[in-house]
Amino acid sequence: MTETQIPTEQRLDIRLSVNGVPHTTTVTPRRLLSDCLRHDLGLTGTHVGCEHGVCGACTVRVDGKPMRACLMFAVSAQGHEITTVEGLAEPDGTMHPVQQAFRECHGLQCGFCTPGFLTVVSAFLEENPTPTEEEAREAVSGNLCRCTGYQNIVKSVLRAAEITEERKGCAHAEGDAR
Amino acid sequence: MKPPAFRYHAPTDLAEALDALAEVGHDGKVLAGGQSLIPMLNMRLAAPAHLVDINGLGELAYVRTDPGGVAVGALARHAEVEADEAAHAVVPLLRQGLRLVAHPVIRNRGTTVGSLAHADPSGEMTAVLALLGGSMTLARKGGTRTVAAEDFFVGPLEASIEEGELAVAAYFPRLPGRTGTEFVEIARRHGDYAMCGVAAAVTVDDDLRIVSARAAYLSLSPVPLVLDLTDALIGRTADTAVWQDAATLAAGSLEPEGDIHATAEYRAQLAGVLTVRALRTATERAALVDPNGNTGTTSTERSAR
Amino acid sequence: MTTKMFGAPVQRTEDLRLLVGNGRYLDDLGEGAYEAAFVRSPHARARITGIDVTGALDVDGLIAIYTYEDLAGRVAEPLPLLIPHPALTHGRTAYPLAKEFVNHVGEAVVMVVATDRYLAEDACERITVEYEALPPVVGIENAFRADRLVHDDVPGNCAAHLVQEVGDAPAAIAAAPNRLELKLDIERSACMPMEGRGVYARWDAADESLRVYTSTQTSTGVRAAVAAKLDLPLDRVECVTPDVGGGFGVKIVHPWPEEILIPWAARLLDHEVKWTEDRREHFISAAHERGQLQTVRVGFDDDGRLLGLDVEILHDNGAYTPYGIIVPIITSTQLLGPYKPGAYRVDFRSLYTNTVIVTPYRGAGRPQGVFAMERAMDAIADHLGKDRTEVRAVNFIQPDEMPYDHGLLFQDGRPLIYDSGDFPGSLDALKKLVGWDEFEAYRAQARAEGRRVGIGVACYVEGTGVGPYEGGHVQVETTGKVVVATGLTSQGQGHQTVFAQIVADELGVPIEDVTVTTGDTRRFPYAVGTFASRAAVMSGNAIALAARNVKAKALRIAGEALEADPRDLEIVDGHVRVKGSPGASVALGTVAVLSNPLRYAFDEASKAATQLTGKADFSKPPVAEDDEPGLEGRDYYSPPTATFANGMHAVIVETDPDTAEIRILRYCVVHDCGHLINPMIVEGQVHGGVAQGVGGALYERMEYDEHGQLVNASFMDFLMPYASEVPKIEIDHLETPSPLNPLGIKGAGEAGVIPAAAVFASAIEDAEGFPITRMPIQPSELFHLRKRFAAGEIPALRRGADHAAGTHR
Repeated sequence: MTETQIPTEQRLDIRLSVNGVPHTTTVTPRRLLSDCLRHDLGLTGTHVGCEHGVCGACTVRVDGKPMRACLMFAVSAQGHEITTVEGLAEPDGTMHPVQQAFRECHGLQCGFCTPGFLTVVSAFLEENPTPTEEEAREAVSGNLCRCTGYQNIVKSVLRAAEITEERKGCAHAEGDAR
Repeated sequence: MKPPAFRYHAPTDLAEALDALAEVGHDGKVLAGGQSLIPMLNMRLAAPAHLVDINGLGELAYVRTDPGGVAVGALARHAEVEADEAAHAVVPLLRQGLRLVAHPVIRNRGTTVGSLAHADPSGEMTAVLALLGGSMTLARKGGTRTVAAEDFFVGPLEASIEEGELAVAAYFPRLPGRTGTEFVEIARRHGDYAMCGVAAAVTVDDDLRIVSARAAYLSLSPVPLVLDLTDALIGRTADTAVWQDAATLAAGSLEPEGDIHATAEYRAQLAGVLTVRALRTATERAALVDPNGNTGTTSTERSAR
Repeated sequence: MTTKMFGAPVQRTEDLRLLVGNGRYLDDLGEGAYEAAFVRSPHARARITGIDVTGALDVDGLIAIYTYEDLAGRVAEPLPLLIPHPALTHGRTAYPLAKEFVNHVGEAVVMVVATDRYLAEDACERITVEYEALPPVVGIENAFRADRLVHDDVPGNCAAHLVQEVGDAPAAIAAAPNRLELKLDIERSACMPMEGRGVYARWDAADESLRVYTSTQTSTGVRAAVAAKLDLPLDRVECVTPDVGGGFGVKIVHPWPEEILIPWAARLLDHEVKWTEDRREHFISAAHERGQLQTVRVGFDDDGRLLGLDVEILHDNGAYTPYGIIVPIITSTQLLGPYKPGAYRVDFRSLYTNTVIVTPYRGAGRPQGVFAMERAMDAIADHLGKDRTEVRAVNFIQPDEMPYDHGLLFQDGRPLIYDSGDFPGSLDALKKLVGWDEFEAYRAQARAEGRRVGIGVACYVEGTGVGPYEGGHVQVETTGKVVVATGLTSQGQGHQTVFAQIVADELGVPIEDVTVTTGDTRRFPYAVGTFASRAAVMSGNAIALAARNVKAKALRIAGEALEADPRDLEIVDGHVRVKGSPGASVALGTVAVLSNPLRYAFDEASKAATQLTGKADFSKPPVAEDDEPGLEGRDYYSPPTATFANGMHAVIVETDPDTAEIRILRYCVVHDCGHLINPMIVEGQVHGGVAQGVGGALYERMEYDEHGQLVNASFMDFLMPYASEVPKIEIDHLETPSPLNPLGIKGAGEAGVIPAAAVFASAIEDAEGFPITRMPIQPSELFHLRKRFAAGEIPALRRGADHAAGTHR
C-alpha cells in the first residue's frame, strides 16, 4: 500500500477573459478549462461529454479558434480571449445567427452537444461565409450528436449563413437610411 | 476522468523551460498542445509529477520556410502549419498529411512537433517526417542536438528524447527534383486514427520516367516504416507503371498487426491498395512539378501566434 | 383567429434556453455539493478478499469512504428486480456496492465522497481492493454451454426461458413445400447519450425530507425507489428531472445503485452530494443492448407466403436482470412485423454473462427481431427467385384485416393486437421514393463503371404508447397563462412544445401562454416514464383530456357570467365568447378568477372579475358540492392496448471492391405514426433513430475480450457516427390514425433505428452476392467474408452469380 506523503497541491491565482468579461479565480494546475468555466465561473453552458477530446461538447473559442475545453488546463488559458456559448448572442439578447438557425431548423433535441456545435459553426462561418452542403457537413464532423442524426444540424449551418447575410443586408439598409 | 495532481511549471522562455526540465528530470512531461497528453492524464494513464507548460514560449511559435525545407517550432499548431502557404509550396506533403490529423478543432490546439515527440505510429506527422528524411532538434540545458527521423522514432509512443530535453523544432526537407507526393489513409470514421495510411514520394526524370519511388506506412509498424519501391517502378511513367508491382514489393516488408478495427490481413490489403493510390497520385503530381520552379526560394517566416 | 397548432411544425420553446447556454443539466446543479466517485471492479468475475482504504485517508478534501459493510437497512439489500415475469425464474440483481463478489468489470465496490471530483478520484486511486479472480463467462455461446456459471445458483446461466406458440410451427414447417434455416448474430451496442447518468441529492434535516435530482427517464419511479430504500414516507421525497442530455433507454432503469447511494450519503452526511458519471463509467457500469444469437426456421409456399415460423433466441442479459426480460419479449413479439407468420413458435433463453447489464436501448429488442424476420424474407425471395418486395407483399396483413390479433402477449402483458396500418400503401410509397423498380438499370450502369452497388429493404411494426397510464394537469392562472404538468420526463423529444401545441388547440389559447413541466414529482406525482415511444401517446392524450375538462369548466363558469348556455360558447385566443357574437366575451384569466370564490384583488383580472359576479344564491355554499375552486383539470389516459406504428426503410450502398468500405448512397424512410403533432419533431426523431441505426449496423459494437474486459470503452474506439458517417435521410409519411386514442396518434421515438441492421444487411448482401448474417459489419469483416466466399466457404445467393461476382480491378 502506498504510504507516500501526499504533497500539498499547488494553487494558482489566474485571470481569465471570458466573453469579454475578466474573471479572477484560484485553481489547481490540473483544473481543466471545462471544469473551471462550468464550476468556478458558473458558465455551465459548456458541456462535458467525454473528457477525452472526441465528442466536442465542451468546445469553446480561444482567440476565436474552436478548441476542446476538456483538453486544456485553465492555467494555460490565461492571456487568451475565451468565448463560450453564453457569449455568442448579442448583448441585447439577439441570438447569434447560428443559434437562430438551429432553432428554425430544429438543429437540436436534448441540447447537450449543442453548445459545442454552436461554437464550432460560428467560427467556421467566419472563415467560410457561404459554405456548400458538403463543406457544412465537414465542418461539423468533429462533434458528436446522439439525437439529431445531424440532418438538421447541417441544414442549420447553411441557414445560419443565410441569416448572417440577411442581417448584413438589413444593417446596410439601415445604414443607407441614415 | 480527472487528471491527477502535478507540479506546474510555466516558463516564459526557452532557457527557463530547459532549466525546469533539467530540474524535474524523468518525473516531468512537456505540455504543448496537450491533445494527446491531456486525454491520457484524464484517463489517468499517465501521472507525471511535473508538467512543464511551454505554451508561454512564443519564440517557438514559428513556421520558417527556406529553399531547402520547412522548420516548424515546438509551439506551431497543426492548423498554422497546414495553412502556411510558403510551407505548402516547398513541402506539399505537410499539408497533405496535416489535413488528415484528427479534426480541425484538435489541429487548432495540437502542435506538429508535439505529435512527433509523442511518436505514435498512427500519427500522420511521424510518417511525413520519416518519408522526407527530416530531423528533430532537441535542446537541453547547455546544448542542442539534431536527430534524424530514422533515429528519432524508437518504438510505439517512444522517441529518443532524453531526460531534460525538449523537442524545439522539426525540420521537413524539400524533396529534390521533379518529386510529387501524396498522403492517403483509410480510417473507420472521418478523423479517426487510420487503420492504414501511406505517404508516397515519387521522383521522375525529364521524360517523366520514375527514378525514385518511396512510401511511408502508418499504423503498420511500431515506428514509421519507409520503403524504397523504386525497383518495381523504375523507368516507368504514370501511364506505363504497373502499380500493383510496387504494392507487391511493399507487401514483403510489411508485418501489420490486427486490432478490433482491422485484422492484420485486412491492414495488409489496405496497405496494398493505398500504396497504389498514393504512388499513382504522387507520380501524376511529379509530372506537374516545374523543375526550374523557384518555389520556396524566398525565406518566409511568420509568427504562428 | 387562432391557427391550429396540432400538425404544425412549431419551433420548440425549449430551444430558447438550450441555445444560449441556459439549459440546466444534472451537473450544472449543486455547486458546493460534495462529489462522489467509485472504485469499480477491474475484474469480470472475482471474489473480494480485502479492501484497504488507509492510503486514501490522507487525501485532502476526503469526506467519506463507503464499502458494502457500511450499508445499512434496505440499502444493504440487493437492488429491486423491477419487472418480474413468471418466466424469469432466476432473476438476480446486484447490491448497490458489491458484496463479496463482483460480476462484471465496472461494478461499484467502494464509494468515495470528497469536496470535489478530482479529489474523490485521487482517493479512489489510493484504495486497494484485493480480489481473487475467477474465470468469467463471456459471450453468448459460452453462457449457453455453461461450462462455468456466472451465479452459482443459476443452472445453465439461464435467467429465463419462455416459449410462445400460435399453432404448431414445427409441423407447419415440416409440411411446407419450401424450408429454410438461418443463423443470425447481432452484437452489443449501447444508448450512449451525450450526457451520462448523474444524481444530486439534498437532505433537509429540519424537514426530514429529501430532494433528488437525477438524469432519469422516470422521476416517479426513482422517487418511489428512494423512499422505499431509505425508509422515508413518499411525501418526504421529491424527485426532479432537470434537462436530460439524452436517454435512449438507459435512463429508464431505476434505481441505479448511485440513485440510492447518493441520497443515502446526503442524508448521512447532512450535506448535498452529487455524482456525475464520466464516460468510462458509462461504458462499463451503465447498460448495453442488442446482443442476441437467433436461429430462424421458416416454411413457405411457392409464392413466398409464410406457413410456419420457428425462432430460437439466445439473449445475453449481462450479469444481472434488474429490468427483467423486456428485451427478448419484445424481440419475440415484434419480429412478426407487418406479416402474418402462419404458425408461430418463439423460444428464448435469457442468459447471464460476466458483462455489463442489458436493458432496453432505443428500439428495445426490435432491431434484432426485425433482423430475424427481414433476413428470412430476403432469404425466401432469393430461394424462390422473386423480388424481395413481392415476397413481403404477399405476407402483409391487409388494411381491412385491422385490428389484427396475433394471439400473443406483448411486452405490457396484454394481447398483441395491431390497431391500424396500411402496409401495402407504405411499401408502394417506399418503392416510389427509392426508385426500387429502376434499381436494376442503375446497377447495370454502376457495374459498367466497375462499381458494386446493392439495394436493401426492411419493414417493421412498432408497438408504441404502451400503458398502463399517464396523467396530465392543466391549470389556467388568473393571468390567463396556462401551466401544464405531466409526470413523465423529457430527454430532448420536445415535449414542452408538443404538449403546448395540444393544449393551445384544446383550450383555444395562444401557444406562447402555455408552459409545460415534465418529470417533476412536485408537480405531478403519478407517472410511468418516458420509454417505448409512449410520451406523445400517453401524456399527449392525458393532457388533451385534462384540457377538455378545463375547457368544460371554463365554459360553464363563463356561461354563468355571460348568462349564456355553455354550448353556445367557444374559446378563441384566450377568450370565452358567444359563438357568432364576438362582442360578448370574457378572458380566460377572468374565468380563472371567477372559479375561486376567495377573490382578493391582486391584479387587474381579479378586479375585472368582480364586475362579472352574478347575483349570489345564499342557499348554496360558495363552492358547490360537486365543484372545486380553481380553473384546473387533471385526467389520465390509460389505453386497453398499445398502438402500433410502422415503417419501411430502403438503402442503397456501394461496397468498394478493393477496400471493402461500405458507402451509403441513399437512405429512404416511409414512416406511419398516425397523426403528426409536429412533423418537424417527428422527422427529427426519425433522423436520430436512423443515425443510431447506421451506427449499430456499420460502426458500433461492444468489444469484450475473453477476460471480460471491454476493450473499446472510449469514444476513440467505440465508433459513434459523426455527421460524416450519416447519409442524407429522405422521408415520406403516411398518416394512418390510431382508433385507440382521442388524438389518433402513435409513437415515433424509436422508429428510425429499428430496421437499420436489417436494411443494411439486405443491401450489402445484394451488392456482394452472398448472405450477410452478422451485424454490425465493418470493412475488415466484409473483406474476410469475401475471401471465404471466394474460397467456397459461403454459399452464393441464387441471384448472386447474376450481378455481384468478382469485379476486382
